[in-house]
Amino acid sequence: MLSVNSVEASYEDSQALFGMSFDVGTSEFVTLLGRNGMGKTTTIRSIMGILPVTSGKIYFEEREITNLASFRIAQAGIGLVPEGRQIFPNLTVRENLIATAVRPSDVKQAWTIDRIIELFPILYERLNNMGGQLSGGEQQMLAIGRALMTNPRLLILDEATEGLAPKVRSEIWSCLKTLRQEAQAILVIDKNIETLIEIADRHYIVEKGSVVWSGTSTQLRENKHLQKKYLGV
Amino acid sequence: MEISFVVEQLLNGFQLGVLLFLLAAGLTLVFGIMDLVNLAHGSIYMIGAFFAATMTLALDSFILGIVIALPMTLILGMVLEVLALRTLYARGHMDQVLATFGLILFLNELVRIIWGPAGLAIPLPLFLDGSVSLPLGIVYPTYRMFIILIGIIVALGLYYLVSKTRLGMLIRAGASNRTMVGALGINIRFLFTAVFGLGAMLAGLAGMLIAPINQAQIGMGEDILILAFVVIVIGGIGSIRGAFIAAILAGVIDTMGRAFLDVLLLALLPANAAEAAGPALSSMLIYFLMAVVLIFRPQGLFPARNG
Ligand SMILES: Nc1ncnc2c1ncn2[C@@H]1O[C@H](COP(=O)(O)OP(=O)(O)O)[C@@H](O)[C@H]1O
Ligand SMILES: [Mg+2]
Repeated sequence: MLSVNSVEASYEDSQALFGMSFDVGTSEFVTLLGRNGMGKTTTIRSIMGILPVTSGKIYFEEREITNLASFRIAQAGIGLVPEGRQIFPNLTVRENLIATAVRPSDVKQAWTIDRIIELFPILYERLNNMGGQLSGGEQQMLAIGRALMTNPRLLILDEATEGLAPKVRSEIWSCLKTLRQEAQAILVIDKNIETLIEIADRHYIVEKGSVVWSGTSTQLRENKHLQKKYLGV
Repeated sequence: MEISFVVEQLLNGFQLGVLLFLLAAGLTLVFGIMDLVNLAHGSIYMIGAFFAATMTLALDSFILGIVIALPMTLILGMVLEVLALRTLYARGHMDQVLATFGLILFLNELVRIIWGPAGLAIPLPLFLDGSVSLPLGIVYPTYRMFIILIGIIVALGLYYLVSKTRLGMLIRAGASNRTMVGALGINIRFLFTAVFGLGAMLAGLAGMLIAPINQAQIGMGEDILILAFVVIVIGGIGSIRGAFIAAILAGVIDTMGRAFLDVLLLALLPANAAEAAGPALSSMLIYFLMAVVLIFRPQGLFPARNG
């Protein structure tokens, strides 16, 4: 469904991605793992057309999306929950959910505010609060809800649970499990290796701007050496 | 001093405030969302007046003239955005000031070529030309009441647009984080063009409304543009509500200052000093207001970016 092929990308002064390659299949739950500063967020920015790709190609559902305008990539069917959540602080929770919502005609069960609230009941009391008034956990739930309201075929979460309280974390994980059961394709970046081994299908380890290992949850679970070397577990 | 005179001046202040609001609304949206300092906003006000004058004379109807001139200004704004202003978003404010100042010179010259150096007067239709009787025995020009009414309707409409509609949500979201708006599937370029066109149309409307009083004239946009910038700074950049309140405040304070400051000074100073100081001080009043507001609220009355 998503295929990233030998992508290179740079910030003004330095190259950050060196031949980044991986893919996500339909209904698959895939992770990008790796320590801070290894290029995971940069990869997401390149996929989303926020940072220009200098070489390599990106395909989504057989269609090339390399360096398309950001909005076209989102419209192609990718929903982003960005690092740092980036909800709109000056919009209410309800407005955050509906401002960018789209409901493609070919979607069987489209996301609605009601369904988002089923997923995250806490947002119900917050609907008329400004986004900026929410706690970090609530903001993350809102960011997930906001992305789902675009009815994406691939959901990307960058640092899905970073900085959140354990209780909120488990709520986010159980949400992702639910989505997974509904056959939602998911690409997650997070540091909770143990949880990810439980709920994800496949993993890629990113080191200095490219993939150094890929494999299934079982393979990652058994490879303690790998976990220690690249993930600091 | 008669109460009717005070009320009349108050209404004049409202009327100036309403015009300032129409001008400031577009300016504050463009500055707030696109982070673009557009000095040429006043030129659009001028061209709106010329469009309305030409259309009124051609169609022999002021109302029809305005109805046709509005979409013309909308299109002018969108074309300007695509051709000239879009390239400035990524630049610093100083580049924007220089480039849009150049645009002022260019547009002034263009108007001179098309319409000639003399101003164009617009005749008012009969039903707007007279006066209305208000309570307290006040007789007030119908047309000035008309301007106030239009301004209030536009303000309510804009408030609805920005606070209740999807477009308004996107405008506010774009003001806080445009990358994210794009990454969620919204064509932010087109959104900018639309917002710019809307702002241009409102500035044009202000020019159209003032033209029957002051004529459509080359350079008419420059003085009022400075006031409009003062208004958006007082109101909080990006905020429609702030622009409205600040515009009315500025209009009323400016008008009242001009009407009454010399009377007030006469009570404090010798006659010749008061007469000399009155006009000078009254034209400074709104800058004084801006300074006071900025001391207590550096972001303006209603900062848009944090709610
Ligand atoms: N805005 C930026 N400007 C310049 N360099 C950046 C920027 N963002 C990230 N980098 C650099 O790019 C590299 C990869 O960063 P990033 O993709 O954020 O890593 P990760 O998400 O894996 O923690 C790092 O060396 C980081 O310092
Ligand atoms: Mg990151």
